[in-house]
Parts: sequence; C-alpha cells; structure tokens
Amino acid sequence: MDGVVQLQKQLVDYTASLFHEGFLDEQFNQLQQLQDESNPDFVVEVVSLFFEDSERLLNELGKTLEQKTVDFKKVDAHVHQLKGSSSSIGAQRVQKLCIAFRNCCEELNTEGCLKCLQQVKHEYSLVKNKLETLFKLEQQTIAAGGSIPTL
Amino acid sequence: MASPPSSSSSSASTGDEKPHVLAVDDSLLDRKLIEKLLTNSSCKVTTAENGQKALELLGLGDDGQRTFNGDASKVNLIITDYCMPGMTGYDLLKKIKESPTMKDIPVVVVSSENVPTRIKKCLDEGAQEFIMKPLQLSDVKKLRCQLTKFSNPHNGMLCMGR
Repeated sequence: MDGVVQLQKQLVDYTASLFHEGFLDEQFNQLQQLQDESNPDFVVEVVSLFFEDSERLLNELGKTLEQKTVDFKKVDAHVHQLKGSSSSIGAQRVQKLCIAFRNCCEELNTEGCLKCLQQVKHEYSLVKNKLETLFKLEQQTIAAGGSIPTL
Repeated sequence: MASPPSSSSSSASTGDEKPHVLAVDDSLLDRKLIEKLLTNSSCKVTTAENGQKALELLGLGDDGQRTFNGDASKVNLIITDYCMPGMTGYDLLKKIKESPTMKDIPVVVVSSENVPTRIKKCLDEGAQEFIMKPLQLSDVKKLRCQLTKFSNPHNGMLCMGR
C-alpha cells in the first residue's frame, strides 16, 4: 500500500506546485470538480481541446505575422480565442500573456507581436508539459489502485 | 393536449421537468464546458456553434423550420457568448426579443470581457443577466434556481439562500 500512498502524495504535491507557480488557477479546480463517474475523463478531454485549439492558433498566428502587410485584426481575433481557451481551463500564465499580446495588436506593433508570440509559445509548451505530467501521475496512481485525491 | 406547466399544481413534478437550455458559443471547448456545467445542474442541454444555428433550432431560421417540435423540447433558457463571428450574442439577443414566440425566453449573455457599455447594451435589450466568463458552477446553479421559480411558483421555496 506504501506505493499508492507515495504516488498520491506525489500527485498532490505536483498539483499544488502548478497552482503555486501560477501555471494553473482556480478555473482548473472548477474543471476537476465537474468531473464525475458519468464523465471520468472530462478534464483530460477538455484539456485536449485546449491543446488542439492552441496549436492551431499559434500556427495561424505565425503565418499571419509573417505576411508583408500584417492583418492586425486577424492577429487580435486569434489571440482573443487563445485567451478564451486558456482562461476556460485555467492556464493562467498563457492567459496573461495573451492580454499583453492584444495590447501589441492594438498598437499595430509587429515587432512586439512577434516577441509576444514567442513568449506565448514558450509558456504554452511549459503548461502542456506540466499537464501531461499531471495526467501521467494520475494514471499511475489509478493503476496502482489509488484514487485521485480531491483537493 | 399540451397543458401549460405553470398551471400544474402537482408539487411532485420537480424531478420530471428538467429545464432545457440552449447554449450558444463558437468555441468547442466552451460548449463542452457549459454543457457539463448545465448537465451537472440537472438541465437538458442543446448547444449551437453560432447564432444562425441557434435561430434555426428555435424555429426562427430563414427556412422557418422548427427543429424543436411540440412540447418535448421547449427551451427554457438561452445562454449565449457575446463575441462570436458573424452574428454576435447581442444580435442574437435582439432577434430573440423581436420574435413574438421567443421573446419571453430568458437570455443570458456571457463574455470574457468586462465592458460596461456592452453590458448595458445587452441588459437594455432585455438580457436577463450578463455573466463573466469562465462560467462557474455557482453561476449555473443560481440560474437553474431562478428557472425553477419561473416555472413552478409553488416550488420557489426550493431555492435557498438566493
């Protein structure tokens, strides 16, 4: 039984660190609370949608900013969507960067936008990594016969 | 054969009649989220990805076809995102309020942006409420409670701590 307890502790500590370091906010908690027996993979499903959305949008942003004449309305629309998805799952750092990104759009600042894009891409890959690790830990805990502790 | 729900005095009916909510949002992620929030709050949910589809579902589309037939799927509440390409949530709200058949359905507008002029515009147009995204379980529970009061005045006592 020690193994399970260890895993559960690891899971709790890891999750807490994600909140502590600002990767995730309260909204992520809301998602976990919505998950139940009728939909045990809810969080993973929603986060997967976030990954898909983000990758598509980051791709589009790269293309749009590469154009000779940058369509800032289009850039802003994409960032708005990204801000929305990240907010919906509680990916706080990504969301905050999107706010800054939108400011650069308003200023019609291509240079600034490109910098923002780099930062958002970086933060996104960090949070993606963290969430995938979290889900792995959850799977291991369940496989070892434990249950996911509700914080 | 349809009898208006409000005239029914059977207090045991609370379990049967789940409110039917139409949720409109262009984001698949947000549709999934709101669907779960509503299902967890004992509501029946239909989602639409844009205003046009929502109108069609309500029977207000260009083709005049009514998808929700009879009393089986009467819509009790519409929740719509404000920022949507093409028809915004505000445009949708207007169309609903202009419809003689649908104007009495409460419409709640949600948005990720806190813009006072936007909020006022929606409330002036007849929106029941304007809620900030992301929607929380507590927001939905409150809405659910308000719906119960509308359709079952005798059961208004169920809503505690409003």
